[in-house]
Amino acid sequence: MSDSIRTPLGKVRGLGSAKKGVEHFIAQRASAIALLCLTPWILISLIGAIKGGYEGAVAWIGAPINAGLILVTIGAGVHHMRIGLQVVIEDYIAKTGSKLSLLILNTFISVLVFVAAAVAVLKLAIA
Amino acid sequence: MAQSGWTDKRPMSPHVQVWRWHTTMLGSILHRATGVANYLGLMLLVAWLFAAASGPEAYGAFERVASSIPGTVVLFGFTASILYHAMSGARHLVWDAGHGFNPKLASLLGGLIIVLALGGAAAIWIVAGLAPISLPELGG
Repeated sequence: MSDSIRTPLGKVRGLGSAKKGVEHFIAQRASAIALLCLTPWILISLIGAIKGGYEGAVAWIGAPINAGLILVTIGAGVHHMRIGLQVVIEDYIAKTGSKLSLLILNTFISVLVFVAAAVAVLKLAIA
Repeated sequence: MAQSGWTDKRPMSPHVQVWRWHTTMLGSILHRATGVANYLGLMLLVAWLFAAASGPEAYGAFERVASSIPGTVVLFGFTASILYHAMSGARHLVWDAGHGFNPKLASLLGGLIIVLALGGAAAIWIVAGLAPISLPELGG
């Protein structure tokens, strides 16, 4: 260690907290509260929709209020699940390479799931 | 473990295998497991939206898979998983506010949430008429 010209402060810089913890904590709970309000609605409403077969489903998804609330629910859900699974990955995957790959994959899947939902809902809502 | 190359004298965090199982521990593990399950379940919901947007044939194919026995099992599990994670999550919000840490109450609520999630999912499926056992068969 004594042959290094790096100062003790220089060695530890960047190894501490990323200063994102509070934001993550609050976002997880804010999306949880949103989902606690939205999930009962989507659960009850969705059952009515699936019982109407294809026509029932298309009519339910396409109604403006439903289309908006479905995307808000899925948006809150995707955000909640992305930051939730991030913690699971960080807890169980110790190897840096695998961990970073899974974290990026988690983000990619989350974006893909939301875009797929948006395309499907908007197609039925605007058509 | 004592024979391994571990030289750190500080106490290690005990692994799940050496703990005696208790309700709050099961509740914590289930919260995580149902969270991951809901991640996959949300994809099923989006697949359903996509099937509806793709037309009657795609929707029919989705309906056939969803109403098959494996499909029914998965969707019932998803219902219970959503109910569990929502109730358990609400309990986490109460804990975050600093309440509900009394061990007896925490264990009681933990057990109650598991029962309510499974019972609630069964009730939803029966009332909605989605279950293989419909209300008339139950004499309703």
